[in-house]
Amino acid sequence: MTAQIAYADVEVGTELPAQTFPVTRATLVQYAGASGDFNPIHWNEKFAKEVGLPDVIAHGMFTMAEAIRVVTDWVGDPGAVVEYGVRFTKPVVVPNDDQGATIEVSGKVAAKLDDNTVRVDLTATSAGQKVLGMSRAVVRLA
Amino acid sequence: MALDQSFVGRTYPPTEPYEVGREKIREFAEAVGDANPAYTDQEAAKALGHPDVIAPPTFVFAITFKAARQVVADPQLGLDYSRVVHGDQKFAYRRPVRAGDRLTVTSTIEAVKSMAGNDILDVRGEVHDEAGEHVVTAWTKLVARAAEEA
Repeated sequence: MTAQIAYADVEVGTELPAQTFPVTRATLVQYAGASGDFNPIHWNEKFAKEVGLPDVIAHGMFTMAEAIRVVTDWVGDPGAVVEYGVRFTKPVVVPNDDQGATIEVSGKVAAKLDDNTVRVDLTATSAGQKVLGMSRAVVRLA
Repeated sequence: MALDQSFVGRTYPPTEPYEVGREKIREFAEAVGDANPAYTDQEAAKALGHPDVIAPPTFVFAITFKAARQVVADPQLGLDYSRVVHGDQKFAYRRPVRAGDRLTVTSTIEAVKSMAGNDILDVRGEVHDEAGEHVVTAWTKLVARAAEEA
């Protein structure tokens, strides 16, 4: 494992470069195929509304996959992630247009731990709402 | 009706091995729009110290969730899967999943709770490779929302 960020260079409060991830209906169809999660709430508007959702929503696991990219892009080596957990607090609603939705993710070093690891706390929002809670990753630095 | 507490601690038999394919990893990385070369380029992965291309951190969920489905669908447990939403997800990695891995999952029910009419199920999936080495543990919290009053 070869992280490209050195433990010694990081302090509590260090901010990771924030990123914005687009998600359209096409993204969700592609993710459904790649992940094997074909729940119709992620591609069938009629079904989604029938079960009480405002519209089609992104897979929680898609949002989780995007959020960790702020960490993996920062360290370079995705294999440096030791722990990663989230709570799915609000759905990412994806309208049926060319724009779709965006997921905005920022991250900050919250603690320096043993063994060259740090805890990064992530914030993920869509349409101004927090979509992940307790979103934390532990990553091993160089 | 509240779920049966006696299911806490129940462990299900390990799944048949899932063979992690290079192209499946590529497909997943493309689906999440992640161009990190460690997912697709063996040389790039080796330069980072991995023996082969690795999978994105959340890739393994497809495997552990499929395993958890056997728990969720256990007729004795009686969970209404049509009302289930994903509450929390956590992973602890011993090493990244990589191409060529043959992974088995052993699922255990860690907790069963009823809160405000919702049934909450915590399932832990222990993922091992063909050599029996631990690769990753996945914790999945599923919430079966209360049925509306008829």
